[in-house]
Amino acid sequence: MTELLCVRNLKVSLKAPSTSREGWVLRGMNLTVLAGERVALVGESGCGKSVTALSILRLLPRPPMEISSGQIEFKGRDFGNLTPEQWREIRGREIGMVFQEPVSSLNPVMSVGEQIAETLRNHSELSAGEIRARTLSLLARVGLPGPTRLRSQYPHQLSGGMCQRVMIAMAVACGPSLLIADEPTTALDVTVQTQILDLLFRMTEEQRLAILLITHNLNIVRGHADRVVILYLGLVVEEGVPDEIFDHPQHPYTEGLLAALPEVSRKGRTLYNIPGVVPSPFEAITGCAFADRCPKVEKKCRQSMPPLIETRKGHQVRCFYPSGR
Amino acid sequence: MLLSLRKVTKYFPVQRGLLGRPTAFVKAVDTVSLEVGAGQIVGIVGESGCGKSTLGRCAVGLLEPTSGEVWWDDLEIKGLTVHQKRVHQRKFQVVFQNPYASLNPRQKIKDILLEPLEVHNLLKPSQRLEFVKGLLTQLGLTEEDLTKFPHEFSGGQRQRIGLARAMTCQPELIVLDEPVSSLDVSVQASVLNLLSHLNQENGVAYLFISHDLQVVGYLSQRLLVMYLGSVVESGKTEEVLGHPRHPYTKVLLTASRGRGSLMEGEPPNPAQTPSGCPFHTRCAYAEDRCRWEKQQLLGGENFWEVACWKWDRL
Repeated sequence: MTELLCVRNLKVSLKAPSTSREGWVLRGMNLTVLAGERVALVGESGCGKSVTALSILRLLPRPPMEISSGQIEFKGRDFGNLTPEQWREIRGREIGMVFQEPVSSLNPVMSVGEQIAETLRNHSELSAGEIRARTLSLLARVGLPGPTRLRSQYPHQLSGGMCQRVMIAMAVACGPSLLIADEPTTALDVTVQTQILDLLFRMTEEQRLAILLITHNLNIVRGHADRVVILYLGLVVEEGVPDEIFDHPQHPYTEGLLAALPEVSRKGRTLYNIPGVVPSPFEAITGCAFADRCPKVEKKCRQSMPPLIETRKGHQVRCFYPSGR
Repeated sequence: MLLSLRKVTKYFPVQRGLLGRPTAFVKAVDTVSLEVGAGQIVGIVGESGCGKSTLGRCAVGLLEPTSGEVWWDDLEIKGLTVHQKRVHQRKFQVVFQNPYASLNPRQKIKDILLEPLEVHNLLKPSQRLEFVKGLLTQLGLTEEDLTKFPHEFSGGQRQRIGLARAMTCQPELIVLDEPVSSLDVSVQASVLNLLSHLNQENGVAYLFISHDLQVVGYLSQRLLVMYLGSVVESGKTEEVLGHPRHPYTKVLLTASRGRGSLMEGEPPNPAQTPSGCPFHTRCAYAEDRCRWEKQQLLGGENFWEVACWKWDRL
């Protein structure tokens, strides 16, 4: 498969508004997405998952954040110096985006159909009649009942799950080759979450669409991704196929996260608790970012940053002492 | 029984007629009974809008039920005087979901924690501070935190402060309304460990409300599954999750493990509950009878109950 998106050594800095302190949100992020691949980006809040997505589309809140170095390539094209016009071509047409809060991401004073039609109008030469037909077929394809009636309804008339389906319809309207979904199911009910994920993955199959799924929920990743990338403090700490990661985690952070999951089967046992807290982005870090919370920390870990090494085919881990198999 | 709810129903008016009389209702809670014994952990699980929070609020007396009875320690709260209610209220505390909104941003932690002691006139004034310090250490916070304001804490720490506030009154039962939903996995684990520790050490009972079946199942001894205001299944946690009988419980269980969805559609609007079994619009096994007639909770051995016409044929 060909490489679709390639992020190399991306660093994003953060300036504190009042003081002139500088921190790092991404500390050298590497990520590749192949054509048609489903990649899940997993991490806790503050680890830089959303910032990665926003940097790819140049939607970072600037200031306080700024891309200070690194390279983003999409279909072999460098995203470094594009004009605003070129960006408009890419956002929505080449790369679609689905955000976390479906109700607040839609325009409250514009009908649902009009919002989808606007995307089509901006990115294609279709006639008004063709746009109307496309809108209806898109609404039907994302599983919304009664597209004709729904087209003229407003976001507040729809439930959260329905709004998220509209968002997905908009994101895939112009046939992008990459879909970035930032916590697309977090605001939804459990039973609706799985429906939305199933829909997203049906879309990837139908349109041969690659997806970058950003989530903090480890449970939903397992059945829904080809590759999992675990982030900690702006760095990839482990990467591999879901079964590898879940059954044989090698980074202490991944192990900790999995052991901390409350599950019915762990009833009566104390859950593993990763000691300490995620360091602030303003903290200077030499060595491994996880060292202060790691149960297996050695002197070496505090002196230099471990590289991302391949321990098995397709399984990479950033640790000097990865867990044995 | 420490807490018992008997056929509690809570309707909220959503529309009023010409003379201000309510004409349409949301049936938030519809004839729900439950009991929590001393030191027990009872879980309530359901999707948003199923009435689980309303039920929790009725249980601690924050809402008055439309009909039905709430008993605290074998006293019905409707019959209590204001003074009596305040005396008993001490034993029934609540921790809310959003730790950012439930602490007063202008109060120092010290004042947040001392206030309940003053209100209920517990301990000698000279002993109060010592007690609060001890409590903070037990909950994994430090003495220095007393002079800080809520904004100086992370989400997990704020949730501990909310819990500390509930614990200052030495309650016998705490209603925990989605206490870990807004927290990250690693923080969530530490709060859950703390909760189970407090339950074992101090013998405090919980009514644990959450949408996450795995979280509720991890902590609780008994479990109630709610759907659109009604309990559809209840029983011992192992029993309910090991052999789910109601189709909705089965769906929740698969969904909570992140497997594919077995169900179409979304929860109906609680203001227009479907006729018959409230779940029939989304149930894969619904038959004619389910559309017209609602099955009441049927009991079996081991105190499990299920409200489904077809539970034994699924």
